[in-house]
Amino acid sequence: MLVRFFLMLRAAGVPVSLTEFLALLEALKARLAAADVGEFYFLARTVLVKDERHYDRYDRVFGAHFKGVETAFQAALGATLPAEWLKRQAELLLSPEERARIAALGGLDALMEALKARLAEQRDRHQGGNKWIGTAGRSPFGAYGHNPEGVRIGQDSGRERSAVKVWEQREFRNLDDGVEIGTRNIKLALRRLRRFAREGAAEELDLGGTIDATARNAGWLDLKLVPERHNAVKVLLFLDVGGSMDGHVRVCEELFTAARSEFKHLEYYYFHNFLYETVWKDNRRRHAERLSTLELMRTYGPDYRAVFVGDATMGPYEIAQPGGSIEHWNDEPGAVWLERLRRAYPKHVWLNPEPEDRWDYVPSIGVARGLLEGRMYPLTLGGIDRAMRALNAR
Amino acid sequence: MTVTRFASTDSYVATPDLTMAVNASVTLARPLLIKGEPGTGKTQLAEEVARSLGKPLLEWHIKSTTKAQQGLYEYDAVSRLRDSQLGDARVKDIGNYIVKGRLWEAFSCDVQPVLLIDEIDKADIEFPNDLLRELDRMEFYVYETRELVKARHRPIILITSNNEKELPDAFLRRCFFHYIRFPDAETMRRIIEVHYPRLKPELLKEALESFYNLREVPGLKKKPSTSELLDWLKLLLAEDIPPEALRSTDGKAAIPPLYGALLKNEQDVHLFEQLVFMNRRNAR
Repeated sequence: MLVRFFLMLRAAGVPVSLTEFLALLEALKARLAAADVGEFYFLARTVLVKDERHYDRYDRVFGAHFKGVETAFQAALGATLPAEWLKRQAELLLSPEERARIAALGGLDALMEALKARLAEQRDRHQGGNKWIGTAGRSPFGAYGHNPEGVRIGQDSGRERSAVKVWEQREFRNLDDGVEIGTRNIKLALRRLRRFAREGAAEELDLGGTIDATARNAGWLDLKLVPERHNAVKVLLFLDVGGSMDGHVRVCEELFTAARSEFKHLEYYYFHNFLYETVWKDNRRRHAERLSTLELMRTYGPDYRAVFVGDATMGPYEIAQPGGSIEHWNDEPGAVWLERLRRAYPKHVWLNPEPEDRWDYVPSIGVARGLLEGRMYPLTLGGIDRAMRALNAR
Repeated sequence: MTVTRFASTDSYVATPDLTMAVNASVTLARPLLIKGEPGTGKTQLAEEVARSLGKPLLEWHIKSTTKAQQGLYEYDAVSRLRDSQLGDARVKDIGNYIVKGRLWEAFSCDVQPVLLIDEIDKADIEFPNDLLRELDRMEFYVYETRELVKARHRPIILITSNNEKELPDAFLRRCFFHYIRFPDAETMRRIIEVHYPRLKPELLKEALESFYNLREVPGLKKKPSTSELLDWLKLLLAEDIPPEALRSTDGKAAIPPLYGALLKNEQDVHLFEQLVFMNRRNAR
């Protein structure tokens, strides 16, 4: 029974290993939790889960396993499917049109049927080795394990309604920085942006200086130390989320992961479609916790290098017109705000995940490129490389 | 098997999940990694564990320049070189220049000690990886003296982290993990009772209310935490502030007195004052 629990945890994307499972068995043998579900819950969590971001996933698996509550949906499929995985399937499998159609039909049964059919199909392909199923644990939409309700479709109709609502609202998740595959190359490309400086405590032996000083000291040892070299470059990263960026989530996450580990001074903010008077740091609280762009410019000095990441694909009026933003009324057009940021951060680039050969066909990209005076680069390894060179130019 | 179990003490309130986590790691002799908001008593936990289990506490505070090797031992080559120039006889024995680190001390302790590795995330990214074998097998090798140091009693190891860096998987595998949640109002009341047993109930009620309201203010850079609340209460008591002064409903006295103890960041104070100002205007 515990083996199944273990497997369910793994399927839900909680990274548990055999070592931890054995440790749990050892703990049970030591009678740390005897015949009390509550105690067992805490014990297993302590032993198996190593990150508070996974607590939520753990809770859901625990609930499903120990209360014997199998969702109707899972029963129908005869398999245990983690909610997150399902949710991702739903998003990938159903096109917006389909979703709209289903919503129009108002029939969730229809929706379930469609999902089920797709899932069956998808399973075959899984055997064929389509990799993104296996990556469920890293699903961008599950990023921080906050998946209220998820697509726990089934149980009762009330649940079903809320599930649909959830996935209609889901658009803005924080980017998961846990994507390792493929980030190494990006890290190498980012490495171009290095400014070594000797700062902080004198830690490293200055060999030349020591020999020199010792010789001057008539052979008596006189040690000289210098501070270690650190990458002192400061980076301010602006990431576009939601809307047309959804298709680029993977590559943006890779960039984000790489940047997080490469730069010691990295600040990141999110925006939607274009830069206006506010940015935010946490997509879950984007409506509550915003930072005014002016304050941002006051907080971070011009020694920061600004990197904007966005597809710049929108209606040209979203850049050029006051009130052009699709989600709020902006008194000043986005172009003005971009210009302000460009002045505040003379070293800046824009990375665009859209393929470069498509740029000429999207008017808004042309507008943005004009504003940036050509400092737009594709979000590819080569593009990042070029962008970092541009940032490095003095 | 009856081991002395850790539980809430007269100076520390431990929730059941925390108690379980500590007891599990004590029983199975695995290191326990503690995370949580700053000021939720992570470091204090080690002191309390040591006290309630009656074991000596060794603290190893990590800084950004700390190397794993420093926890094991350091070979003071410089003093040896200097001694050799001075012709000191000690120089013949390399053992004279091996300085024991915290981990070695813990390993060689006569009774089972509690070892606190504080703020492990402050160190270099490779730091936890360098301690894998030591934490796993509780032994290490001193190359200079060709000596294997083995723990006489596996120490109880508590590790705290503020999440500034991700810890490597291999390291996490070897630890148990507990995240100290921010206490709910009920737990908070118990914590305050432990610290200030003779607090007037009405002052406590008002103080808690304005504290939790303050935590709800969106956009604060550093939310006030338990330790800040306790400091603030101490100040309130010292200044003998009446409970009425804390009531924030009437527009005028909306700023809690001595709020400097709760907000540690000038931007936060600024934001907060703005909000209060807006509230007053609305109240008029």
